[in-house]
Amino acid sequence: MKKIDIKLCGVGGQGILSIATVLGEAATQAGLQLKQAEVHGMSQRGGDVQSDLRLSAEPIWSDLIPLGGADLIISMEPMEALRYLPYLAPDGVVVTASRPLVNIPDYPEEAALLAELDALPHVVRLDIDALARESGQPKSANMVLLGMAAPHVGLLSAEQLRSAIAAVFARKGEAVVQANLQAFGLGLSHSLQSVSK
Amino acid sequence: MSDKRLLLGDEAVALGALHAGLSGVYAYPGTPSTEITEYIQQSPLARSRGVRSRWCTNEKTAMEAALGMSYAGKRALVCMKHVGMNVCADAFINAAVTGVKGGLVVLAADDPSMHSSQNEQDSRFYGKFALVPVLEPSSQQEAFDMVAEAFRLSEHFRLPVLMRLVTRLAHSRAAVEVGEAAPQNPLSPDDERTRWVLLPGNAKRQYASLVAKQLEIAACAEASRFNRLEMPGQAGHDSVGVIAAGIGYNYVREVLPAGVPVLKLSHYPIPAPQVRELAAQCSRLLIVEDGQPFVEEQVRGILGADYPVSGRLTGDLPRTGELTPDCVAAALGVSGGQPFAKAEHLAPRPPQLCQGCGHRDVYAALNRVAAEFPGARIFGDIGCYTLGALPPFRAIDSCVDMGASITMAKGAADAGLCPAIAVIGDSTFTHSGMTGLLDAVNDRSAITVIISDNLTTAMTGGQDSAGTHKYEAICLALGVEREHLHVVVPLPKNMDEITRILREEIAYEGVSVIIPQRECMQTLGRKLRQKKQAQ
Repeated sequence: MKKIDIKLCGVGGQGILSIATVLGEAATQAGLQLKQAEVHGMSQRGGDVQSDLRLSAEPIWSDLIPLGGADLIISMEPMEALRYLPYLAPDGVVVTASRPLVNIPDYPEEAALLAELDALPHVVRLDIDALARESGQPKSANMVLLGMAAPHVGLLSAEQLRSAIAAVFARKGEAVVQANLQAFGLGLSHSLQSVSK
Repeated sequence: MSDKRLLLGDEAVALGALHAGLSGVYAYPGTPSTEITEYIQQSPLARSRGVRSRWCTNEKTAMEAALGMSYAGKRALVCMKHVGMNVCADAFINAAVTGVKGGLVVLAADDPSMHSSQNEQDSRFYGKFALVPVLEPSSQQEAFDMVAEAFRLSEHFRLPVLMRLVTRLAHSRAAVEVGEAAPQNPLSPDDERTRWVLLPGNAKRQYASLVAKQLEIAACAEASRFNRLEMPGQAGHDSVGVIAAGIGYNYVREVLPAGVPVLKLSHYPIPAPQVRELAAQCSRLLIVEDGQPFVEEQVRGILGADYPVSGRLTGDLPRTGELTPDCVAAALGVSGGQPFAKAEHLAPRPPQLCQGCGHRDVYAALNRVAAEFPGARIFGDIGCYTLGALPPFRAIDSCVDMGASITMAKGAADAGLCPAIAVIGDSTFTHSGMTGLLDAVNDRSAITVIISDNLTTAMTGGQDSAGTHKYEAICLALGVEREHLHVVVPLPKNMDEITRILREEIAYEGVSVIIPQRECMQTLGRKLRQKKQAQ
């Protein structure tokens, strides 16, 4: 595997950019090339947000992932995962939080939405908010999600991602680093279980 | 010594400017340009060098102050979003007539697809209009390298140089190799008065000299290392050639079938000899550029009507919206796969005002009172509170440009519309609302102005607002009557008081100003977190 294109998505304020920052840090430490297109500005106010993250051992041209090109969709919200389906590669994997964030009046019916997700060939989904809360790390749901995605990132090992988490959150203190590492571990073990089934 | 850093396009420009010996950055926040100034404000290098970096009141004050720094011999950077170019156009165009002393780089960040804007205007036209060189990087590394070259060109030609970014480069990260920082210029004010005093006699000489520089400016673009003709051997005479401008080059390289000749274009004026050379090797040209068909129109002029040129004007690329690897692939006849169709269970999720935001209480009060006046119109403005146009509020009837709420309300009131209500944010008011309020006061227009003050420039991420704690004083000084100026706290518990004041002031046949004042939830939250962390 020489390159991976990742579509990160969610709702403004869910911590998408922190996931991107950790992946970016890990890729930089690993000596990979990377391009990461982010969304700043108006849509961060509770609207849909996404970030295109491209990692490669070779030079990367476009900042944007082409349609049908994403090897991985990582989403903090199930409907937002569906929004970027046209970008998913034929063998692409979707890793998403299960619980809808309903801040619009016409949110689709939850069961139908989840059924559409589950009909995709490669999906890992989990109620990460509940998991983060149960484990006493309610603010680290995004790192649970990154842990779930870790086995699918390919170019980066779980160990490399752990060290990137430590580096990215270091300035917020040891307690925050540990909370995020624990959340990451929760997601990772869940993902390994569901892959093996 | 050189090292690699992971930088946004905006940050690459900022660091490039610092490394080029910048002495001051002048800017008003605007997506997608904001992070340039923020990076400089937080840079240890900038602090150690005393680089001036506070936010300005608007793009015009920014441009003029930067011109003053340039006059004094030092290097200055002005940054803005594309529509900011409209605000500072007077200063920008005339700075090309006076010319500069210290390097002056003007950075405009365009927003094709209008991710956070009200139009798709292409700033390259401003560069051509002002007769100055324009640089448009294709990558973060090029953005970094180009700033130093822009300053060098600016001092060489003694002209402002325009740099253009687009959102996708401004807000995309990549590794950038950076070297040593160059020293800053010493203070050396210009002595040449005839250059700077644009009385018609002097201006005629200066303008003639600007026009006379154009040949050398064109020759410089033709020799530029940022423009590159890439000819992979002898192309067939029935083949397509591509002119790829700025970030368009990346999309072309992403999808390009091997063997297609490309002119990579990042330094304007358009190098006509290279365009002709490319055209001679091919039977037709595709122009790939983000924004408006700036290159496409000019290439038609260079090659004549008989040479087939395609692009946004011909529909080979979409006429509106930003470029994507997909639309460029389609224009080059490369079929892309899309294995999964659009999902079925999907609804749009537009941005919205934060829970607990004071603007929400303002709109709740306004909607309640406006319902009592069937003829009421509410003129909005640019900021978070523009989201009051969307459900559940649907409160505003217009949003055009910075400051237009007050002046449009005034004009509508002049026409007899009643009641005419303006809603403007604190930062937008000092940016461009104050002068309109003075007009309304002088005309005794029957308008009710609401300055919704959240003590920050919220939409762009919470930058300092120029008039914080001064709004009452400013309104009084502009002539608003004391008894028709009210400060309220927009909270649900104060709803009765706010609606009462609104009703009374709408009934008043003159200028009233109501200032609902409560800190932005985002900046408040950030301050509390910082405080907690410090403990």
